[in-house]
Amino acid sequence: MSVFIDGSTRLVVQGITGRDGGFHTRQMIEYGTQVVAGVTPGKGGQLFDDSVPVFNTVVEAVEQHGANTSVVYVPAAFAADAVFEAAEAGIELIVCISEGVPVQDMMRALPFVKEKGARLIGPNCPGLITPGVCKVGILPGQIVMPGPVGVVSRSGTLTYEVIFQLTRAGLGQSTCVGIGGDPLIGTDFVDCLEAFEADPQTRAVCMLGEIGGTDEQVAAEYVRDRMSKPVVGFIAGQTAPPGRRMGHAGAIISGSEGTAAEKMRAFRDCGIAVAERPADFVELVGAKL
Amino acid sequence: MNIHEYQAKEILRAHGIPVPPGEVATTPEDAEAIAARFGGAVVVKAQVHAGGRGKAGGVKLADDPADAKAKAEAILGLDIKGLIVEKVLVTPAEDIASEAYVGIVMDRATQSSVFMVSPEGGIDIEEVAATNPDAITRLSVDPRYGLLPHQAMGLAWALYDDVKLARQAASIITKLYEAYQAAGATLAEINPLITTPEGEVKAIDAKMNIDDSVLFRVPEVAAMRDTSSEPPAETKARDAGLSYIKLDGQVGCVVNGAGLAMATMDMVKYYGGEPANFLDIGGSSNPDKVVTALEIITADPRVKSILFNIFGGITRCDDVANGIVEATRRIDIDLPIAIRLTGTNETEAIEILNQAGFTAMTDMDEVVKAAVELAKGDESE
Repeated sequence: MSVFIDGSTRLVVQGITGRDGGFHTRQMIEYGTQVVAGVTPGKGGQLFDDSVPVFNTVVEAVEQHGANTSVVYVPAAFAADAVFEAAEAGIELIVCISEGVPVQDMMRALPFVKEKGARLIGPNCPGLITPGVCKVGILPGQIVMPGPVGVVSRSGTLTYEVIFQLTRAGLGQSTCVGIGGDPLIGTDFVDCLEAFEADPQTRAVCMLGEIGGTDEQVAAEYVRDRMSKPVVGFIAGQTAPPGRRMGHAGAIISGSEGTAAEKMRAFRDCGIAVAERPADFVELVGAKL
Repeated sequence: MNIHEYQAKEILRAHGIPVPPGEVATTPEDAEAIAARFGGAVVVKAQVHAGGRGKAGGVKLADDPADAKAKAEAILGLDIKGLIVEKVLVTPAEDIASEAYVGIVMDRATQSSVFMVSPEGGIDIEEVAATNPDAITRLSVDPRYGLLPHQAMGLAWALYDDVKLARQAASIITKLYEAYQAAGATLAEINPLITTPEGEVKAIDAKMNIDDSVLFRVPEVAAMRDTSSEPPAETKARDAGLSYIKLDGQVGCVVNGAGLAMATMDMVKYYGGEPANFLDIGGSSNPDKVVTALEIITADPRVKSILFNIFGGITRCDDVANGIVEATRRIDIDLPIAIRLTGTNETEAIEILNQAGFTAMTDMDEVVKAAVELAKGDESE
């Protein structure tokens, strides 16, 4: 079992003929993901790498190849429209990798995605991977292994770091989800925790938060009130100065809100074991299993 | 991106919001000349990207042109929260009957734009929220329909009982929403929104923050960036496509990925050091980026050691190793360097670095400890 993606995932790649889209499509196919189609307006009718049919529109990929999931690699200026298009075409899970999507674009897209009953992961995220089964996005396949630990994170390479350490210690993962570093994202910590709680394979969860916003605080309350499975948390940005954007658009302490200290306190108050260092995950998660 | 008050006012004026005239001066003499043109009393206001300008002595009333010159002299060069005042806005003093607050902000929790208005203006809205939260009226704007006329009027009624004032305020609120949308802002506020004894409603101070991601779409707003108000190293980094923030510590950090970069800074602190910077070189292994990163870091006199923390997922470690070797050939570095590379092709990477005379590690905690020790070692010499 896993969350959000599994053997039934039929993926359409939006922006398949672009540099990033093409590179990662090959990686995903190599990993075992069923990439059923690609979309690049104007390139319909071509075959990507002599194997994946390319369409002009997402709806064709859905109608002709039963695509149920899409991954968006299109430039930031067009990314929100790609999300709209996927949701309108009936895609159930949309994973938006693109970084730098204008906030006002996402503000319009998010309610539309919700109305259509779709789930958006991202934008500005590495995507997700169910070890040994399927990956959607850019997470490196070679660092994961199947197992009982769910991973959910706002960042990219920091997530890889933690996954890599878990794998080295023999602690495999059910699914790893990168929810994205932007201030407005489609799937938050609570959505993922809810999915991990319901997933029989997952027995513990690693939650990697960072400064900015209140998502971690809300998630902490969810863990306290609704979760039976143990959660270990980490917050990046303990040394970040207030008022500065730390790389991720969403990683900013506004006024006195969104500090690492406040989030770590919320974790502890709600019974979440706090990893002081990324390296602490192994011991803390190991102890819970 | 932050813009100055005078720039925010230009945007609001362009959208039809009544904003008193104003001109920017960089010298006391300019300020005097501007004040003479306006005639009468003026306000001289520091233009820096910092709140609390008034409390810091950056906003002063001047009775006449000579006084404006004196006040500008006192304000120009002032240090407000670490920022040196290089420009002042000179604007006619207004007769104020009442002060209110009107603002709109991108709200993460509700994933929408939220208006906040309060009849208590002229003070920090966070202060009002803390001391008198009932004085603030909020409205979440549905992005599908925008701000509807009755909603704008509803907010205006929260400020004024008088219909003439309320109508003017509703018009300003509507135009503020238009300006916020058009500029791609994440925050736009008028504080205070004043009424004059003659019954006019005007915006006499304004603040806007712009979403960095939208700048490609609004070049006229992007052109408002004032690089004189940020450390030159940050400008250089941005031009090179790097995300860099200067801090005050001794350990210079070069990391791929924002989350890992933050966590690396945190580990420097954990092991007893202080990070000199946040720096995300991104997914690229381009030696040019590494060169720029090293130039920026070595230019900071506080830096005593350099720490590379690279996790090769998609990025190949051997590419990054080549970038580091090439970069250190192109610029002279006499600071100790601690390197950690893990992930794809790490063995090849370490070999490349060893051959070039570097010691490379694979463990994050080990390399941070090493970099902190190297920074201390230098201090004791």
